[in-house]
Amino acid sequence: MPQSLPAFDSATLTHLQRLEAESIHIMREVVANAENPVMLYSVGKDSATMLHLAKKAFYPAPPPFPLLHVDTTWKFRAMYDLRDKAAKDAGMDLLVHHNPEAMEKGINPFDHGGLHTDMWKTEGLKQALTKYNFDVAFGGARRDEEKSRAKERVFSFRSANHRWDPKNQRPELWKLYNTRKAKTESIRVFPISNWTELDIWQYIHLEGIEIVPLYFSEPRPVVERDGLLIMVDDDRFRLRPGEVPQMKSIRFRTLGCYPLTGAVESEATTLPEVIQEMLLTTTSERQGRAIDHDQSASMEKKKQEGYF
Amino acid sequence: MTAETKDPVYVTDALIAEDIDAYLLKHQHKTMLRFITCGSVDDGKSTLIGRLLYDTKMIFEDQLASLEHDSKAVGTQGGEIDFALLVDGLAAEREQGITIDVAYRFFATDKRKFIVADTPGHEQYTRNMVTGASTADLAVILIDARQGVLTQTRRHSYLVNLLGIRNIVLAVNKMDLVGYSQERFYEIVKDYAHFAKQIGMESFLPIPISGLRGDNMVTKSPEMPWYQGPSLLQHLEEAPINDSRMIDKPFRMAVQWVNRPNLDFRGFAGQIGAGVVRPGDAIRVLPSGKTTTVKSIVTFDGDLEQAIAGQSVTLTFDDEVDCSRGDVITRADAPCEVADQFEAALVWMDEHEMLPGRPYLLKIGTQTVTATVTEPKYEVNVNTLEHLASRTLGLNAIGVVNISTDRPIPFEAYADNPDLGGFILIDRMSNATVAAGLIHFALRRSQNIHWQAVDINREAHAAQKNQTARVVWFTGLSGSGKSTIANLVEKKLHAMGKHTFLLDGDNVRHGLNRDLGFTDADRVENIRRVGEVARLMTDAGLIVLTAFISPFRSERRMVRELMAPGEFIEVHVNTPLDVAEARDVKGLYKKARSGQLKNFTGIDSPYEAPEAAEITVNTVELSAEDAADQVIAAILSR
Repeated sequence: MPQSLPAFDSATLTHLQRLEAESIHIMREVVANAENPVMLYSVGKDSATMLHLAKKAFYPAPPPFPLLHVDTTWKFRAMYDLRDKAAKDAGMDLLVHHNPEAMEKGINPFDHGGLHTDMWKTEGLKQALTKYNFDVAFGGARRDEEKSRAKERVFSFRSANHRWDPKNQRPELWKLYNTRKAKTESIRVFPISNWTELDIWQYIHLEGIEIVPLYFSEPRPVVERDGLLIMVDDDRFRLRPGEVPQMKSIRFRTLGCYPLTGAVESEATTLPEVIQEMLLTTTSERQGRAIDHDQSASMEKKKQEGYF
Repeated sequence: MTAETKDPVYVTDALIAEDIDAYLLKHQHKTMLRFITCGSVDDGKSTLIGRLLYDTKMIFEDQLASLEHDSKAVGTQGGEIDFALLVDGLAAEREQGITIDVAYRFFATDKRKFIVADTPGHEQYTRNMVTGASTADLAVILIDARQGVLTQTRRHSYLVNLLGIRNIVLAVNKMDLVGYSQERFYEIVKDYAHFAKQIGMESFLPIPISGLRGDNMVTKSPEMPWYQGPSLLQHLEEAPINDSRMIDKPFRMAVQWVNRPNLDFRGFAGQIGAGVVRPGDAIRVLPSGKTTTVKSIVTFDGDLEQAIAGQSVTLTFDDEVDCSRGDVITRADAPCEVADQFEAALVWMDEHEMLPGRPYLLKIGTQTVTATVTEPKYEVNVNTLEHLASRTLGLNAIGVVNISTDRPIPFEAYADNPDLGGFILIDRMSNATVAAGLIHFALRRSQNIHWQAVDINREAHAAQKNQTARVVWFTGLSGSGKSTIANLVEKKLHAMGKHTFLLDGDNVRHGLNRDLGFTDADRVENIRRVGEVARLMTDAGLIVLTAFISPFRSERRMVRELMAPGEFIEVHVNTPLDVAEARDVKGLYKKARSGQLKNFTGIDSPYEAPEAAEITVNTVELSAEDAADQVIAAILSR
């Protein structure tokens, strides 16, 4: 018996097999219908899973679309390393976009607060999609992440200026995705909508998917700021008076711009230990992201404006 | 597996801490059940879901803290935990007018992962409920024990049954408020059973619960020793899953995408809809009917020895058989049917009503074709189950219709295989998903009427007349000058020795279309018939001129597509409304303005101007003579 054929004790697919099959189906629908699709790749564990699923969906061909990283220049160094390697391993083109205006104005997370995310990510993403004329963009969002995501369709339409209109979503029946759109519109497609955080971790474990080492605990230099443990990843980090980086055993549950991403103290150095910690943990995943803290509806607002 | 089958509360917490590898191994064999909760607004749906999330530990400390805070601030349970607040991110959003939508929620036990489609209760959100139900393996229908079976309960039960969900739980909620009365429970069950029989529901499982107190939710309630069945969660853990039901059926796979990375590989990618496939199996490709055998089942993880319903795979064949997206691969000796006329149930989901005769796109499996509703049979009053005669279907209406597709498609009855029997209709202009459809059966008549091949074909007819057949389609507001210009054009062509015929709107309505009025549905049918007549005339080699308001882009496009490429010439007689109204040759605008004439184009019925007419004539600047010359020059130069 080949290894890849799991024992069907009840001739029923496991939850992960069913999720995998669904995600593959979604990706193939996009490729069969889109003129110029792209996969948004943010180097996190969700992106890694999505990329792995794409390799499966189109095997033996490489995924027939490029990866797009909308970069802020403020990601962890380890993320840039894996990004370039992952694209190369998959045999895919990697496009990296930097918002030239943000670059020119030197927008950074220390001086510009919300504007940092706004310009680098939200505006940057819109610029890149327009620049390359992509009509469909895959994103690694999950419905269990946050309230407004729970309502979003797998195929989510964006107006010519990339806005989401939650009141005007198409009914999505069975697995019949309506991919028709006006010339000026674009579609964001979320193939891992129905995966939970635990599903993702379990799948990464089972499939041996490579993820950024920052997910595993290691002594790293951090400062404590506004209740978050922030890693000092390079010398652009501006220490406040009296702040001295401490070496602590930390890891990250989500990854973003390093000055905005809170770490957790942890001893988990293997995937099972990470999963174990996640299962025993008592706070939800997005707590580590400074971006969501403004107000509870903040994610929804950002999304309407075009944030992924 | 576990000894605690009677007590499925999260007992593995210890295992997580003690032996995470053992835990993971156990959990990777979990199955997944998708279900929907429905019922009237106050039946306790949110509380039920909140309770399930809470009891399966899907709620984190930070969420719990805000839940406790909110319960005190705005809860309805006197300061105790109000589980409804967990799921009612909805409530606040409803105030802002955003949530009328399905929200998906996730939780898991030792045995299963669950996806709940949390759907709104109101009648106006039927389409969202149908969306949630379309992917569900099971439905939980809630009833407030104090209220019993309500209109909304019936409506949801009807829809759930229509969508083919066979696993139905009747959760009689708020049992604590009726003193856990066995009599009350059985009274409701009896009522419901009566209704269930009427709609043809085969079976359902009644469970008395209290979502708020947790009775019979996770564990058996000590308050109701008279109840012998499983708790809700126990049942959710045991209920069968749709994919498993499909495994015993003959193999079916709709081809999504042809994988051709190089000249040596040609694979057919898709998700298996039914049955099992193995290398060496004889298969048939529909609609062509060509047969071959499966060479290999290719996946990233290596070739498989077999694949089953639900899996996404890539198949290769032994022979170079023609096969592309939209085709259906079936077992060779048990193919599915192929037809182009169907009876189907439709759930209408768009604000614009269904228009018989209008071409919509129909997506079924992986194929998209053009389809029209040929005959609305009846609309169902879901509350009374009455059949009502209807020419159309409005938002959230459910009806049974005959549907015709522009080419034969492989299909199965929805009841046998939702994958090949469920379809959506898409509006070709707005691209909106306007309906969900469920095929009942194929109509035999399409298979019995064949095209008669004729020896003198359309080219021969036209050649004899020394001309090229054309349809010159004048469209514009009433009083824009369509008939006048078309008439002049015909006279001039006639004088040039061309063979022509003018189909005029008013004249046609005296005869062929005498039975049609001016509703949107009738306007569509009017144009459809004229289009068919015009096509017959082009077959006879004629230059056909038509003068119809033809207000909708969809129908003009439908006629265009009936003709050979280049044969259809759209002439937009572009006269502004104020000019046409000032002319008012037939006195119709006056009548329309005074309300004597309903559905008048430009006044209380829309006119959709052409976006890319071959010819546009401006009657404000040009005389009718000059306009006619412009049209003739354009026709003859093509």
